[in-house]
Amino acid sequence: MPATKQLTKGNEALAMGAVAGGCDCFFGYPITPQNEVPEVLSYEMPKRGRVFVQAESEVASINMVYGAAAAGKRAMTSSSSPGISLMMEGVSYIACAELPCLIVNVMRGGPGLGSITPSQGDYFQACKGGGHGDYHCIVLAPWNVQEMYEFPALGFELADRYRCPAMILADGVLGAMMEPATIRDDDAPPDVPEKPWATSGRNGRNHKNIVNSLVIEPYGLRDHNLKLQAKYAKMQCETRWDTRHTDDAEILLVAYGIAARLALSACKLARKQGVNAGLLRPITLYPFPSDAIVECAAGKKRVLVVELSSGQMVEDVRLAINGKVPVDFYGEMGGVIPSPADICRKIMEAVQ
Amino acid sequence: MNIAIEKQDGSPDADLKCVFERPQALSDKPFHYCPGCSHGTYHRLIAEMIDEFGLLDKTVGICPVGCAVFAYEYFETDMIEASHGRAPAVATGVKRSLPDRFVFTYQGDGDLAAIGMGEIIHAAARGERITVFFVNNGIFGMTGGQMAPTTLIGQKTTTSVDGRDPRTTGQPIRVCELLSSIEGVAYLARVPLTSPKNINTCRKYMRKAIRAQLEDVGLGLVEVLSPCPVQWGMKPGDALHHIDESVVKAFPPGEIVDRVSATAK
Repeated sequence: MPATKQLTKGNEALAMGAVAGGCDCFFGYPITPQNEVPEVLSYEMPKRGRVFVQAESEVASINMVYGAAAAGKRAMTSSSSPGISLMMEGVSYIACAELPCLIVNVMRGGPGLGSITPSQGDYFQACKGGGHGDYHCIVLAPWNVQEMYEFPALGFELADRYRCPAMILADGVLGAMMEPATIRDDDAPPDVPEKPWATSGRNGRNHKNIVNSLVIEPYGLRDHNLKLQAKYAKMQCETRWDTRHTDDAEILLVAYGIAARLALSACKLARKQGVNAGLLRPITLYPFPSDAIVECAAGKKRVLVVELSSGQMVEDVRLAINGKVPVDFYGEMGGVIPSPADICRKIMEAVQ
Repeated sequence: MNIAIEKQDGSPDADLKCVFERPQALSDKPFHYCPGCSHGTYHRLIAEMIDEFGLLDKTVGICPVGCAVFAYEYFETDMIEASHGRAPAVATGVKRSLPDRFVFTYQGDGDLAAIGMGEIIHAAARGERITVFFVNNGIFGMTGGQMAPTTLIGQKTTTSVDGRDPRTTGQPIRVCELLSSIEGVAYLARVPLTSPKNINTCRKYMRKAIRAQLEDVGLGLVEVLSPCPVQWGMKPGDALHHIDESVVKAFPPGEIVDRVSATAK
């Protein structure tokens, strides 16, 4: 596949990754720090005969995604933390109605209006439901511009496979930073599975299709929930993670996204100071790589979880490790970004 | 559709012919609506129009939250159930994806004029090629008769037990008049569903609202003034009289915007 290495900004890479991933329709509303995504797509989508609509709100955006996904199209939206909060009702409907779509959250500091600086404070919202009811999205966490480019296609593929919403959980650093990324030169459309369930007009079909999330009868809704839960159980095979320098490590760092970049630099600093530190980076936050973490942490002295939050993913790490290895946490909030030296100090404190 | 009419012995009866039947676009599921409600009438009219325009195969309908939440059970076209008020956004997603389909929303006054006001205004502003079938009965019917943005001044509801007070709850919102300043609107009309004559007028309006979409003019909307005898605390006949006597004074019937006739092909 023809491709060139280009110095690319994260948000722009994500937009071009959506184009390459076969996105048919984009609906979004401006919010910092993800504005390059709709800006690039407002130009690139119509040029290809695809749909771009700037909606009147995030509430409208997610409901437009619902309509386009119901019509059988690859539909997506992009926003940042407060905007994602506004979408949550719609995400719950999409999950219940079993529609595939892609939602991008370029996280910023919260709670409230918060700030426009980077954060990882929306892990709970992304991975633990966020909206009402028992549901999950597949959650992907890129850590560089290359993955910002590649994950829209992966998100669409997984969403189509499981008929569920997929979310890319990035942050303000990943959105704004520039680094070399390999970008495809062509627009070859990806393979998209048939969607015989789509409400695209009967067009000769001998029955009507209904897209719905209303199941008024209790046992009917119970059964639908059991079906969703069975799907989430099946989804566990999609767990993805990456490890660096873990084989000889005495301390295991667990971090995702931009925090994992910082943690990896901290591991290198620690090694210079004689402490063998390694990193496990969850790539899928849901499904969460619990088994991989347990296996990797076995025999280590300690585990240190690093997040740009008050400690959210650390709960899942502790649940996975279940007391077998002590788990420490280091986090910063509000858009404060720890330096590798800050994290290295925490490594030293932990192993002493 | 021709239905053979049989004699008691099973042989065809040539003397009888079928003069009235269910439209093809309407399912055989019995309506769940209360006695005296006109949702069923409006459903039938929509189904008649889908048949008349030959749209059964290319229609996608969007249902509301409210009394008509089960509307997807009653039409034989592809249907999507939207969240409360968001049907115009869902319809936008469908229509932009599939511009050659006929896309309609079916919405009540709580759905469209309260929680969904933003979506209908912006769908109109964008000139979305969708058709909106709007039912105004001046009350939240399904949730038990609470005040709506369309409730008349002085009307008693479960959240305005002494009658709607304009000082604290404002005046009824006239959706058609509100939307009439928006250029993306191709057709707006209001009609009480209170008599055979008015039902025929409704058919006439619906044809234009559908043509607004099919002929690529803009958004079309038909508002029907509909009775809710149960939540109004009236007998069905009295509820119809109430519309003709009082409701029409707050919501004058007629065509409010018509850019369809001017562009007639």
